[in-house]
Amino acid sequence: MEIKVLKDILNANNQIAEQNRQLLTSKHTMTINLMSSPGSGKTTLILRTFEALRDKARIAVIEGDVSSSIDAETLSQAGVTAIQINTGGACHLDASMVNSALGNLPLDDIDILFIENVGNLICPGGFDLGEYLRVVILSTPEGDDKPHKYPLLFTQAKALLVNKTDLLPYVGFDLAAFTRAFKGLNQEAALFTISGLTGEGIDEWTKWVMDNLQKLRTLNP
Amino acid sequence: MHELSVTMSLLDLVLEEAAKAGASKIVGANIVLGEMTGIIDHYDQANFELLSQNTPAEGAALSFRNVPRQARCRHCAHLFRPADLEWTCPRCHSSEIEMTGGSELYVESIEVE
Repeated sequence: MEIKVLKDILNANNQIAEQNRQLLTSKHTMTINLMSSPGSGKTTLILRTFEALRDKARIAVIEGDVSSSIDAETLSQAGVTAIQINTGGACHLDASMVNSALGNLPLDDIDILFIENVGNLICPGGFDLGEYLRVVILSTPEGDDKPHKYPLLFTQAKALLVNKTDLLPYVGFDLAAFTRAFKGLNQEAALFTISGLTGEGIDEWTKWVMDNLQKLRTLNP
Repeated sequence: MHELSVTMSLLDLVLEEAAKAGASKIVGANIVLGEMTGIIDHYDQANFELLSQNTPAEGAALSFRNVPRQARCRHCAHLFRPADLEWTCPRCHSSEIEMTGGSELYVESIEVE
């Protein structure tokens, strides 16, 4: 006998993600799922964002890594509330890992929660965590051809940050070709060019973050 | 890729659906798999054989319908499969495209006894 199912294989993950979303919405916490390759500058971006917004918004971080707590320690030393999740080999965070971490965070006192996903341009794209925004970073040494190699992640982004613009003179990254390819796939996303090293472009990015926080507060007063 | 965690979710889903239908044995599952998910069907099959041991899904055959990536041109509405590198519309050469297929990952149906 055949039974029609028509359900997403990641149905169970999606349901937990929805619980996370409802919890975060009820706490007025704006959650950003930050995705990129390893070494593209996620932790540095979070530090820069924290420094720029420390008087305007309370920021916390869920750090996802396969192993180690190096990033969480770096963030904690800078004064950021950070919780480490070690996936123990898994190539992405899933909604239940984030659900456990949320139970250990003072959500009433957090305006912006960054979830730093495992460095990987493929797997994290399949797993809804219950975030409000998906943001992707690509650093210039990785090459300008990435949107077409990893289309799932690039089509999902609400913002794309091209990081390490200070290396543009050395790495042969064609910013115009990248912009054409990315904007072709994803017209709605905001596009920022930044340097975590020099601070270039950070003001535009943090303004976008704060605009989104205002928008969320208007929608969910 | 994360075939193992996907296969665990798949197994949970088919066991749950079979139990709801009061079935005692699952003989097959029909799965729709988009190219952009990066999931590789033969890894999924091998994982499933291991994970389903001693469950009502043991021995079930997975059948995959692979969906290639598909794009729709925002200018002329032409539907096409983007080539590996140059993702422009083959008809009007616009690069403004919208992905319309290739991200599927769902169970269409199961075969039970």
